[in-house]
Amino acid sequence: MAYKHFILVCGGTGCVSSRADEIYHELIANAEAMGVKNDVQVVKTGCFGFCEKGPIVKVLPSESFYVEVKPSDAKEIISEQIVKGREVTRLLYKDVRQKDRIKLEDIQFYQKQYRIVLRNCGIINPENIDEYIARDGYAAIEKVLTSMKPEDVVAELKASGLRGRGGAGFPTWRKWDFSKSTVADQKYVVCNADEGDPGAYMDRSTVEGDPHSVIEAMAICGYTVGATKGFIYIRAEYPLAIERLKIGLRQAREYGLLGDNILGTDFCFDIEIRLGAGAFVCGEETALLQSIEGNRGMPVPRPPFPAIKGLWGKPTVINNVETWANIPVIITKGAAWFSKIGTETSKGTKVFALTGKINNSGLVEVPMGTTLREIIYDIGGGIRDGKKFKGAQTGGPSGGIITEEFLDLPIDYESLTSLGSMMGSGGLIVMDEDDCVVDVSRFYMEFCVDESCGKCSPCRIGTNQMHSLLVKFTKGQGKLEDLEKLEKIGLAMKKAALCGLGQTAPNPTLSTVKRFRAEYLEHIVDHTCRAGKCKSLLLFSVDKVNCIGCGLCARKCPVNCISGDKTLKFTIDASKCIKCGECFKACKFSAVLKK
Amino acid sequence: MVNAKINGIPVQVAEGTTILDAAEKVNVRIPKLCYNDDLPAWAACGICIVKVERNPKMLRACCTPLEEGMSVITHDPEIVQVRKTVIELILSTHPDDCLQCPRNQSCELQTLASEFGVREQPFEKRLRDLPIDTSTKSLILNPDKCIRCGRCVTVCQQMQNVWAIEFLGRGESTRIAPAADVSLADGPCIKCGQCSAHCPVGAIYELDQTKEVWDALMKGGEEAKTCVVQIAPAVRVALGEEFGLKPGTVLTKKIYSALRRLGFDTVFDTNFSADLTILEEGTEFVKRFTDFASGNNKELMPLITSCCPAWVDYMEKYYADMIPNFSTAKSPMQMMGSMIKTYWAEKAKVDPKKIFSVAIMPCTAKKWESGRNKDMFSSGERDVDVVLTTRELARMIKQAGIDLVNLPEEEADSPMGPYTGAGTIFGATGGVMEAALRSAYYLVTKEDLKDVNFTGVRGLSGIKEARIHIKGIEVRVAVAHQMGNIASVLEEVRKAKADGKDVPWHFIEVMACRGGCIGGGGQPYGATDAVRQQRMAGIYSDDEKSTYRCSHHNPFIGTVYKEFLEQPGSHKAHQLLHTHYRKLELYNK
Repeated sequence: MAYKHFILVCGGTGCVSSRADEIYHELIANAEAMGVKNDVQVVKTGCFGFCEKGPIVKVLPSESFYVEVKPSDAKEIISEQIVKGREVTRLLYKDVRQKDRIKLEDIQFYQKQYRIVLRNCGIINPENIDEYIARDGYAAIEKVLTSMKPEDVVAELKASGLRGRGGAGFPTWRKWDFSKSTVADQKYVVCNADEGDPGAYMDRSTVEGDPHSVIEAMAICGYTVGATKGFIYIRAEYPLAIERLKIGLRQAREYGLLGDNILGTDFCFDIEIRLGAGAFVCGEETALLQSIEGNRGMPVPRPPFPAIKGLWGKPTVINNVETWANIPVIITKGAAWFSKIGTETSKGTKVFALTGKINNSGLVEVPMGTTLREIIYDIGGGIRDGKKFKGAQTGGPSGGIITEEFLDLPIDYESLTSLGSMMGSGGLIVMDEDDCVVDVSRFYMEFCVDESCGKCSPCRIGTNQMHSLLVKFTKGQGKLEDLEKLEKIGLAMKKAALCGLGQTAPNPTLSTVKRFRAEYLEHIVDHTCRAGKCKSLLLFSVDKVNCIGCGLCARKCPVNCISGDKTLKFTIDASKCIKCGECFKACKFSAVLKK
Repeated sequence: MVNAKINGIPVQVAEGTTILDAAEKVNVRIPKLCYNDDLPAWAACGICIVKVERNPKMLRACCTPLEEGMSVITHDPEIVQVRKTVIELILSTHPDDCLQCPRNQSCELQTLASEFGVREQPFEKRLRDLPIDTSTKSLILNPDKCIRCGRCVTVCQQMQNVWAIEFLGRGESTRIAPAADVSLADGPCIKCGQCSAHCPVGAIYELDQTKEVWDALMKGGEEAKTCVVQIAPAVRVALGEEFGLKPGTVLTKKIYSALRRLGFDTVFDTNFSADLTILEEGTEFVKRFTDFASGNNKELMPLITSCCPAWVDYMEKYYADMIPNFSTAKSPMQMMGSMIKTYWAEKAKVDPKKIFSVAIMPCTAKKWESGRNKDMFSSGERDVDVVLTTRELARMIKQAGIDLVNLPEEEADSPMGPYTGAGTIFGATGGVMEAALRSAYYLVTKEDLKDVNFTGVRGLSGIKEARIHIKGIEVRVAVAHQMGNIASVLEEVRKAKADGKDVPWHFIEVMACRGGCIGGGGQPYGATDAVRQQRMAGIYSDDEKSTYRCSHHNPFIGTVYKEFLEQPGSHKAHQLLHTHYRKLELYNK
């Protein structure tokens, strides 16, 4: 039976929370009710990436790209587009700058993207293995098992230049090669899906949208290094991704793509899922392996590296989701193709979760070497509400802030590290003039305080001491010598903390102290916060010239600290003010001042 | 071999040697805090960091192997600054009551702070107020003092396989606590005290009972007590370390005089009751083995020693199915306690109620043992009133201003003072076995061994085996020390029994601490294998110098049997010198 139309409904967590499931069911129900169920197939796909405008619904073959769809729109989509063949123009995406309702190919959000990792996301139904296979899925494992020796796979990976996407960018082929050349009776392959950076959801979306890409890649690795057992360590907070993985694993086993004698060869490999309980440190590979073994999730010193001595002391290749998702394409399309993408040292693409004060927040995949300016302004559509760009945080709590002057620097592992930040797993948070760098540093340090496992003293104590100093700054209680203390503790943590989490935890603070020193000094010396974010430093007052005496501010004030009348105008009692900002927001005459 | 440079000095070490160990070879001392020679590196403190050429990071010397061609820098201004900052950070979470701390002047953190010239507290003080655990009457756990170096956890779990302590909480709230957050006494703790012996600070330490002893010694008039003391074999070769002497220096006779100067009325030696133990336990073994050889009571083989109280506790919790195999003989300390308040009291015409009986032990579990069950009150009183560790005795001697090193030597009191070499070797792993074999041979054959040295059961390897032939019958023995080594031995016994096979060994000695009692949890701090070797050498030299080297040759042992106990294994001996065991749950409800 050939369908005339396909309606793709985003089934990523973001859109599902905005009722995409209901839209999906409404579309099917309406198609049935209107007697067109044989003309249209409604498919739930993975994430389209354009999360800012979700829920997303895309209709093929017309390529109509509908945004912010509600369940109640389903009826119109069926009756207009499927029955009458007319686009529902009111649902089409309207670009901030182009001001027109446009189709997918014209959307700037997608124009500079290059999708390798997310190749199937938003296209296939992740719960149907046939759709993955239809897009060359499992062709790579077939190629590997039938025509490549393990050393050929390693050579191909080496030629591709693929580096680990989870943080530091270690060459993937070397991990595989270490494991392959270590003699052991048992080896393991592990997928790190314990994504934990605030605001990052690249791995979740990849697993939700294309679980088989990870499963296939792990099997390829198993064959290469001689492992028969794999584990996917994924956080329990990702129920949809876990569900899709379970379905994927079941279907792969049914198709003989996992289990004994895969594709009729001698190769046997299977994968189990392990759920993490949400500890950030379990994304650190040695802590993750401890957790799989059933121990407390705490890092252990390296060497020995997991590739040589990992899970239960056996050679273990551990890569993160995004790294795995690259592998099948590298095998099918070849290293030569892959290595053409990107920069000299960093090949391929990188997925970023673009969030913060940006018009188009969402999941974006760009070739390495793309500039931050292209990501923020071309793909992201610039800063929200026309505000001024202040900085962009890459690498989450391990990274640093990148300022205006570096917007045109091509992004790769080395360039970010040279700026005191890091690639990390791909969180990219854009800040504008309303964001206070001291407060942002405090926020990230608070995250590290909460997520420090407590094993090593530099991190366990250092994070708390740095946090305490940053809190003092935001309250205007800091001293100049505290800045030196921050830097002193920061250095000790970078050098003496046991794992990557502790070594990089000072990065957001140290990079802002360096690039925004003036702003720190304002907090310490002048007791002011130019972004107006640090409440303790704010003073609300009424400008008697602009005030017309309407009293709206006084009515909005939750603590009744504003008084006055039409003639005397209004005054704010600073001793009672809780600095909630309600008066400031309420005043239509810019008479409430905030400094 | 690996060739590398440390601070420009060429060094050659075996492959796998850590930078820390390699540095020591070229007389470079890298400071450390969480690392301990007995344990695998936990890598928590961040003090032993060093630079390696061409590596932007600093690496932990404790767990990084030296590699071919490496160039290591252990000290430069940046490294020293980072180390000092880390120490200051640790101090910011550590109470400042050094003067009142049980580890004052033996604290590794205090030493480091002093070496680094820490003169101020740049960081906010972040103390917690956690409850102190005093539940065991052996050990005190004060989590406020803990620097979370992880040593005690590694000791308890990896070295001892007890799993009584664990990390709980995360981040700053991470704390060392009894497993499952119960009290120590309600969990699997066997009171071996190895945690306390390895703790670098004052977070886990022995219950100090010196005041109770001082009080008893000072009481006069109506309340006056006859204070009787005994010292364990291992104390004499370690106490000197507290007074600047080399480990292994045998101080037996100086300790006797020090004890008298402290005010003890009578000084006995646990070595004597060790000889008594051999007679009781040796007889028990001979009886069981003879039965076994003739096909009777096969399930009572092997016989397992029971002098180590931590091991008794462990067995009752983890291997209660082995209770029938346990020697019913009490430990030498409890035998002595019982004899003091019965035999000696009668002989010296002292009311047992007026006797205050103190035992100086290398052990924290002995404190617990003295009240273990009603058998420890066999005299009608508490047989041993107070147990002091070697560390506590050292403090008392210092408090009393006694110049131990230069003290004249004295003898112990009769009749329970003089001992044989067999009694003294109880202090080292394999010693009980060796002493028992020396006498068992005699008990069966009525002949003495030509060579009494069983060197096969000596030394620090975790499990030792030996075979001897008595009257043509092969006796297979095994010796295990350090609690973590015992499981494999007992599992083998269990398996043989389950499979209906001949047991792999007939006699098994178990000591909870590494090296036996000389490495006990109550001994002076800083035991390493090198120190244990020296203490053992002291023990064996004492044995070799002894006039008598077999327990059954101790003339005073003959006297006590003749005057009081009748014969080994008599009804009276059973009442006073033997005990009972029962299965214990790992966790009390």
